[in-house]
Amino acid sequence: MELSRIEKLLEKYDNATTSLQEEQELKDFFSQKEIPAHLVSYQAMFGYFQENSNEQFTKTILLSKRKAPHWKWLSVAAAAALLISVYTFTNNELSSKEREQAQLAMQQTKDAFLLLSKNLNKGSNLVYSGLQEFDNATSKVFK
Amino acid sequence: MRQTEFLTTVLPFKDKVFRLAKRLLVSKDEAEDATQELYLKLWKNKEKLGNYKNVEAFAMTMTKNYCLDQLKSKRSSNLRLVHTNYIEKGEGLQRNIELKDAVSKVHELIANLPEKQRLIIQLRDVENYEFEEIGKILDLQPTAVRVALSRARKTIREQLIKKHNYGIV
Repeated sequence: MELSRIEKLLEKYDNATTSLQEEQELKDFFSQKEIPAHLVSYQAMFGYFQENSNEQFTKTILLSKRKAPHWKWLSVAAAAALLISVYTFTNNELSSKEREQAQLAMQQTKDAFLLLSKNLNKGSNLVYSGLQEFDNATSKVFK
Repeated sequence: MRQTEFLTTVLPFKDKVFRLAKRLLVSKDEAEDATQELYLKLWKNKEKLGNYKNVEAFAMTMTKNYCLDQLKSKRSSNLRLVHTNYIEKGEGLQRNIELKDAVSKVHELIANLPEKQRLIIQLRDVENYEFEEIGKILDLQPTAVRVALSRARKTIREQLIKKHNYGIV
C-alpha cells in the first residue's frame, strides 16, 4: 500500500472522519512488521486496539438469580432465637418452693454420704489396726 | 422470549459488554461481575427486548449506565482501588520492547481520558461501531461523537510522541 495514501488516511483518522473500512485498512497496515519510523506512535495505538479487541469474557453467564442472603428471614430467625433464649432463661429461675425441696434433697444426700463415709472409715480403721498388728508380728519374726 | 432465543440474541456481544465494562471499571473482576449482572438484568427484562430495534445498542447503553453507577457508588463510599491486573499478552505486533512499552502506555493514556472520550474510543476503535450507533448508545449527536473522538485520538498520540521524544510523559 502506498505510504502517501496511508498518511492521508491517518490525517482523516485524527480528525475522526475515516469510515470503518478505512480504519480497518489502517489497522491492517499497522499490523505488519515494517513501519516507517515517523508512524510508530500510530502503531502503538492500533496495536493496542487490536490487542484489546481480542479480550474475551471467559466466565459462564448465569441466568438464574444467585442466592442472595435473605436478610428478612435472618431477622425472623434472630427474633425467634431471642424469644427462645428468654423463655428458657426465665424457666431456669426456680420458684422458692422448688428451691426448698432442692435444698432438702441436697441435705438428705449429704447426710446419707456422711453416714456412708463414717461407716467406711470405721471399717478402714479396723483394717488398719489389724494391719498394724500384723506388721508388728512380722517385724518380730524377721528381726 | 425463550431462553435459547434470548441467548442467541444477547450472547454474541458479551465480549463487547465485558470490554466496555472493563474500560470503565478497570478491574477485570469487577468487569466480569458487571457483565454477569447486566445479563441478569437483560434476562429479567426479556419481554421488553423485542421492542428494541437494536438490542445490542440497548445492552451497551445499559452497560455504560450500570458501570457509571457502580463508579459513582464507589466514589461516594470513598473507596480507592489501585488496579494492577492489566496483563499484556499480545505478541507478533510488538517487534521490540519499546513498542511493547508504548502499547501498554496507550492503555494508561486512554485511562486518563475523560469518561466520554474513553467510552467513544472504546466503542469506535476497539469495537468498530458506526458513529450513529455510538450516538445512540451514549445519547449524543453523531457530530459530537466525532469531535470527542478526534480529540481523544489526538491526545493519545500527542502524549505518545512526547514520550517517544523525551522519555517522559
